[in-house]
Amino acid sequence: MTNLLDVADLTVHFQSDAGAIEAVDHINFSIRRGEVVGLVGESGSGKSVTSFAILRLIRRPGEIKSGSVRFDGVDLATLSEEQMRRIRGAKIAMISQSPRTALNPVIPVGKQISRLFRLHEGLSARVAEKRMLDMLDLVRIPDPRRRAGQYAHQLSGGMCQRIMIAMALATSPRLLIADEPTTGLDVSIAARILDLLRELGAKTGAAIMLITHDLGVVAEICDRVVVMHAGQVVEAAPVRSIFHAPAHPYTRALVGSIPRVDRDVAMTPIPGSVPSLLNPPPGCRYVSRCDHATDQCRVARPPLESRGQDHDVACYYDIGRQTGGVAA
Amino acid sequence: MTIAAPATQTKPAGRSLVWRRIRRNPLSFGALCVIVLIILAAIFAPIVAPYDPDMPDAMAAFESVSWKHPMGTDMYGRDQLSRIIFAARVDLSVAFAATALAVAIGAIFGAMVGYAGGWIDNVAMRLVDAVMAFPAFVLAMGITAALGNSTTNVALAISITQVPAYLRLIRGEMLRVREMEYADAARTVGNPPWRIVFIHLLPNCLPPLIVQATLAMGFALLTMAALSFIGLGIKPPQAEWGVMTAEGAAQIVTGEWWLFLFPGLAIMITVLAFNLVGDGLRDFLDPRMRGIR
Amino acid sequence: MAFLNYILRRLAFVLPTLFGVSLICFVLTYMLPGNPALVKAGPFATSEYLQEMEKQMGLDRPVHEQYFRYMSGLLRGDLGESASTGRPVTQDFLQRLPATLELTFASLLIAVIIGIPLGVLSAVHRDTIIDHVGRVVGITGVAMPSFWTGLLAIYVFFFLLDVAPAPLGRLGSGIAPPETITGLYVIDSLLTGNWQALRSSLYQLMLPAATLGFSVMAPVARMVRSTMLEILESDYIKAAWAAGLPRRTVIYGDALRNALIPVVTILGIVFGFLMAGNAVIESVFAWPGIGNYAVTALMTKDSGPIQSFVLFVAVMYVVVNLLVDIVYGLVDPRIRLR
Repeated sequence: MTNLLDVADLTVHFQSDAGAIEAVDHINFSIRRGEVVGLVGESGSGKSVTSFAILRLIRRPGEIKSGSVRFDGVDLATLSEEQMRRIRGAKIAMISQSPRTALNPVIPVGKQISRLFRLHEGLSARVAEKRMLDMLDLVRIPDPRRRAGQYAHQLSGGMCQRIMIAMALATSPRLLIADEPTTGLDVSIAARILDLLRELGAKTGAAIMLITHDLGVVAEICDRVVVMHAGQVVEAAPVRSIFHAPAHPYTRALVGSIPRVDRDVAMTPIPGSVPSLLNPPPGCRYVSRCDHATDQCRVARPPLESRGQDHDVACYYDIGRQTGGVAA
Repeated sequence: MTIAAPATQTKPAGRSLVWRRIRRNPLSFGALCVIVLIILAAIFAPIVAPYDPDMPDAMAAFESVSWKHPMGTDMYGRDQLSRIIFAARVDLSVAFAATALAVAIGAIFGAMVGYAGGWIDNVAMRLVDAVMAFPAFVLAMGITAALGNSTTNVALAISITQVPAYLRLIRGEMLRVREMEYADAARTVGNPPWRIVFIHLLPNCLPPLIVQATLAMGFALLTMAALSFIGLGIKPPQAEWGVMTAEGAAQIVTGEWWLFLFPGLAIMITVLAFNLVGDGLRDFLDPRMRGIR
Repeated sequence: MAFLNYILRRLAFVLPTLFGVSLICFVLTYMLPGNPALVKAGPFATSEYLQEMEKQMGLDRPVHEQYFRYMSGLLRGDLGESASTGRPVTQDFLQRLPATLELTFASLLIAVIIGIPLGVLSAVHRDTIIDHVGRVVGITGVAMPSFWTGLLAIYVFFFLLDVAPAPLGRLGSGIAPPETITGLYVIDSLLTGNWQALRSSLYQLMLPAATLGFSVMAPVARMVRSTMLEILESDYIKAAWAAGLPRRTVIYGDALRNALIPVVTILGIVFGFLMAGNAVIESVFAWPGIGNYAVTALMTKDSGPIQSFVLFVAVMYVVVNLLVDIVYGLVDPRIRLR
């Protein structure tokens, strides 16, 4: 069976007065059916742009320069805008970063869900209303009938995020893109939202692409991890390998920067910051922050190469061979 | 999502930046040139105008546009181009006087009220609300009707309708700046209140005031022309754009189109120029204000 | 309950403003040089007769007493007498008000019907030729004196092309007005099925309404454009695209619905512009409304009608803005339920 999603060689540029900003640069990754994949990186690493590019929602001054996105075996670039629209929300749904501002302030939340049933499944108003209430029940919103008639500003942040999840799962999508679904939420509420996501994903068979900068969240619910840095994929591997045998210096730094209670090691912040994506130099974009950088790294970009079972890395320096596993 | 302009851009630093700003806004720069030209034409009207604006010529009545009379002649045979040039003197000076007076009154009282605060501020703001409850043109109509037609009264009427806007603006700015450190510094060295307000605080409120005043020039011109048009402002035979349009209006049905067209065009071009310069100034002096209005 | 509270708060804000308005109008009418007794007595009156007149009109009384008299007159609907028509101003006003309202509503309709889509188009096609043309038309539109726009329209459409009627009032010559129900000819002729009057009144209304509408269309479009731009960048619009909602729904449903809320608030200001424009446009098109009435009265130095016009417009303006606030509360759930 083919992968659910294949992103190949995808490049997105944003035109600015000063030149092109290479927000996403020739990235490759796949998501299998029902899988939970974490897309990890600092802010500005191109995670959100990638998700909008998958949905073909990049608008001027942004532009998809190259690459393909195959969903369920179909190259999305070949679809008409109308066909693409039928995929958005129905086959690929998205949960956005800030639940409160992602809900329309002047439309009751219930209606924002029920209209998706009418739109994507052609249900009558009455049936759609009933399905909407079921959906609210499913995401454990108490007193759904009353809440459905309310507006976003009357609900708590956690409640809004549940509504967003209900909206995203309403039409049983095959892929759910969750963009930082727990930012701004209280820790305990965030945990419950993550549990809910995982549980509902498993129940509906939807694959989840979880965009986050928080490896803690990844460890909790992901099967596989794709690490992005400065618009490029630097490493992709099962979650165990990422934590136990990170191969790219950036991944190592990310893993090292998680505060942990079980180990008495001070967390080390990653030195430097994401380099400017405005006309970046050739070569590895991590070079200015890397301890192992060589001349080769400055000249040519390291390709994403297989480093064993299901583990791809874009780095000339082979940490596994040099040190034998993660620095303990 | 709009990202606020970085703080480094708020201060014009050096000539190159000034030039870059001007180049980025060629329309406003062109409009500024137009205003300068109109002002020069008004000042040197006796030299620029081809004829005496008030000299009738019975042989040349109702002549259409020609090389001899580029904007035609009116029913008395007076050259319209010359009248329009001379009218610029009245229109510009009234609009300027009205705006300057409004700025002065608004700034002085706004500064005092904003600095004083308390019940004085409260009473003043209720009064401002009351004046602002009138559409500006309608209030100007009422005042001119009550005071009687004269150039001074028109200027006064327009000025009164504009005072609240400046008063409010300066009061708001004053409330903001009086909490700042330099205000405290000025107080601690024993400056009297009037000195703090006018020497130390008011200059900091100038940029938004200048922008507002430039935009108001256009409005003052329109108000004045409309007042004259309905017979409430400047009276014929004085050459004034609104009066001339009103005189030309009577000739529409007989086809003498140049009589109403050119004075109105003069108003439009002048107002347009002031508005464009105002917009440009807003970007130039105070990028923070961009997009407001 | 919360909404009632909101209305009461707005009312409490409006009353002091109305008091201020009445004070200003009082000063304009009685305190300034144009002595009303002099106007009423006429230019050839003896000084005794003048004094008698002043006494009769209460002008020799203390100021607060005069104001009280003025106010109690106002509250009884007494706006004084017009020297030129010799009738109570209130009566003249009521007779001419429907003409003004008809013109105002028609202009508002035109401004909104054209201004809103124009603003939406400019925002959706930002920085394209559509946007630039819209901006140029907008800046030029606000710089054109409305009386001149009217004259231009008359010259082009009546004199040159002959597709518009002569600018002489509400009905073509020889056409009887429809039976009075609301006083608005278009509505009345519709209600009574008087097609001839309907045709004629629409025909007459066309140019003045378009002129007045054009003068306020630009600010409406500008407001819609800037709020639409902001809203199109918002998270909930991005979410709406991502949810696969059709373009029409996203732009004209989700986005415009939010953009209209701030637009409602400027309708009050637009209304004020229109009322001010009435005085000028009505005299250009010989439209028999209250603006024209006030301006005509000026010719005979009769300042009663004009001061009444000023007062009337200000009160209307305050009331309309109050209504706008209430409507704002109704359409924006964030206010309604607070």
